[in-house]
Amino acid sequence: MAVLNALNVTHHFDGLAAVADFNLNLEPCELVGIIGPNGAGKTTIFNLITGVYRATRGSISFAGTEIVGKTPSQITSLGIARTFQNIRLFKELTVLDNVRIAHYGKAGYNPLEALLHLGRFRKAEDDIIAHSMDLLACLKLESYADEPSKNLSYGLQRRLEIARALATKPQLLLLDEPAAGMNPNEVAQLLEFIQWIRKEFSLTILLIEHQMHLVMNICERLLVLDFGETIAEGQPRAIQNDPRVLEVYLGECGDDEEGGTDAGS
Amino acid sequence: MVQKRGLMPALLTGVFVLSLIIHRFELLDPYVQLVAMYIGINIILTVSLNLINGYMGEFSVGHAGFMAIGAYIASFLTVKVIPAPLTAWLFPLAVLAGGAGAALIGLIVAFPSFKTRGDYLAIVTLAFCMIVKSAIENIDALGGPRGFLGMEKLATLPWVCFWVVLTLWIIRNLVYSNFGRGVLAIREDEMAGALMSVNTQHVKMLAFTVSSFFAGIAGALFAHLLQFINPRAFDILKSTDILIMVYLGGIGSIAGSILGATVYTLLLEILRPLGIWRMVLMPLMLVMLMLFRPKGIMGLREFRWFVPLRDRQRAGTWLEKRGCL
Repeated sequence: MAVLNALNVTHHFDGLAAVADFNLNLEPCELVGIIGPNGAGKTTIFNLITGVYRATRGSISFAGTEIVGKTPSQITSLGIARTFQNIRLFKELTVLDNVRIAHYGKAGYNPLEALLHLGRFRKAEDDIIAHSMDLLACLKLESYADEPSKNLSYGLQRRLEIARALATKPQLLLLDEPAAGMNPNEVAQLLEFIQWIRKEFSLTILLIEHQMHLVMNICERLLVLDFGETIAEGQPRAIQNDPRVLEVYLGECGDDEEGGTDAGS
Repeated sequence: MVQKRGLMPALLTGVFVLSLIIHRFELLDPYVQLVAMYIGINIILTVSLNLINGYMGEFSVGHAGFMAIGAYIASFLTVKVIPAPLTAWLFPLAVLAGGAGAALIGLIVAFPSFKTRGDYLAIVTLAFCMIVKSAIENIDALGGPRGFLGMEKLATLPWVCFWVVLTLWIIRNLVYSNFGRGVLAIREDEMAGALMSVNTQHVKMLAFTVSSFFAGIAGALFAHLLQFINPRAFDILKSTDILIMVYLGGIGSIAGSILGATVYTLLLEILRPLGIWRMVLMPLMLVMLMLFRPKGIMGLREFRWFVPLRDRQRAGTWLEKRGCL
């Protein structure tokens, strides 16, 4: 069964169509990329899937469950986790607390047990710490566990955001521009890292990216968005040569940096 | 492995036992006991408001409203409902009823907080405080604007201490739990919290209910200490007093709340000879505080003993355990 199935999803902001008739079918363990110029509606799609916005029309189902109309926390508990374009960690809190918060949906004790620190509380809290630390160790962040997350370097903050998303035990991971602000060397590392977490946690991944190098190398399938409309879909190689895509996206930046990065690959 | 317990329970039990001894053998003169009780009540108010304003990062100015509800419910019960010979015995129940009533209303106030936050929620809580005051002023059975009296002086030092200890323990437990981390997530980034599976509506309901419950308890104790209450005692100025204690002691800190409530209450008493100048000096101190220590004395820091062991040396312990395996 498809992990995610979006059917004719449309979203309007005060009459302006941010996303129009968006269709997407994600099979288990696929790695699909969404590309498109700024303002094409890529992040809006993430916001629609995770329940931040409610789709004006259309349906989105996750593993067979309709999720349009559910709250973000419900959707996350079902198994969709995400990162953000601009890092949105809990800055003042420690690295460990950032990851522990993401266990909220699976804590398994009620408010009364929390207020009295009784019953299932102790066991559950110990488990949360153990699991959080395992996860941090897995992503080589364990030595920063007691640091406030704002003290971490930019690259580590990105990694922590992924760790936090993984702590919700997702099946589907949405990465919003994971390589933003990274140099080519870091991008290469990130590429490996994404491949690795995908295998390690058997994840289906949907990512938004601007860096063509990254998308072309790891995505099995690409969707190209422009002004909210899907203008092309298919294998990266085919997309690269699609005349419409070249025109609206690759074409217009053929001479600047991004084109250069791409040629360099 | 036997886990060492935190010192908090021992510390708090000690305080409670001490209060019992002081009360039983009248070790302190009544005035000092009275001030101590005011400090206790203020600690309850400060810690409970800190949950909303400090830990959750909202700005509630309606705490006096919850206090009023607790005060009037408990007073009505002890004066009009419970037969006179039984009041001393049933006083704890009356206090509990005051807290429960306030908690129920607190739950209702949580609903607007789903939709709005920051300054707008502050206005909602301000309006709530005014509604409570006007409502009481218009209920004749509660004495209307003239106030309500006839309560016996049932709030004794041990009782106040008992409730202070319970408040500190429960709020500490809440803060260091899954729900407490949800509260912190709301302060740091509500949307990111929701997207990390935190049910922000549940968390807000719980936080407002617990916070207003203890405000109601404080109100009930206050009424049975002063033996006279009137609606004006619970207006925005009372809320401001509590806010000052929260921000003086430090947001997001239990130790800070204790410190803030104690320092503020003591200063007001010590500066009493200054008369009206007291009201000039205190705000001036606040201005200084906000300029030089905007997060308060203990802002976002905690007294070590108040932190449960599990949260205190977590990463280190975990790494050690892993080393043993």
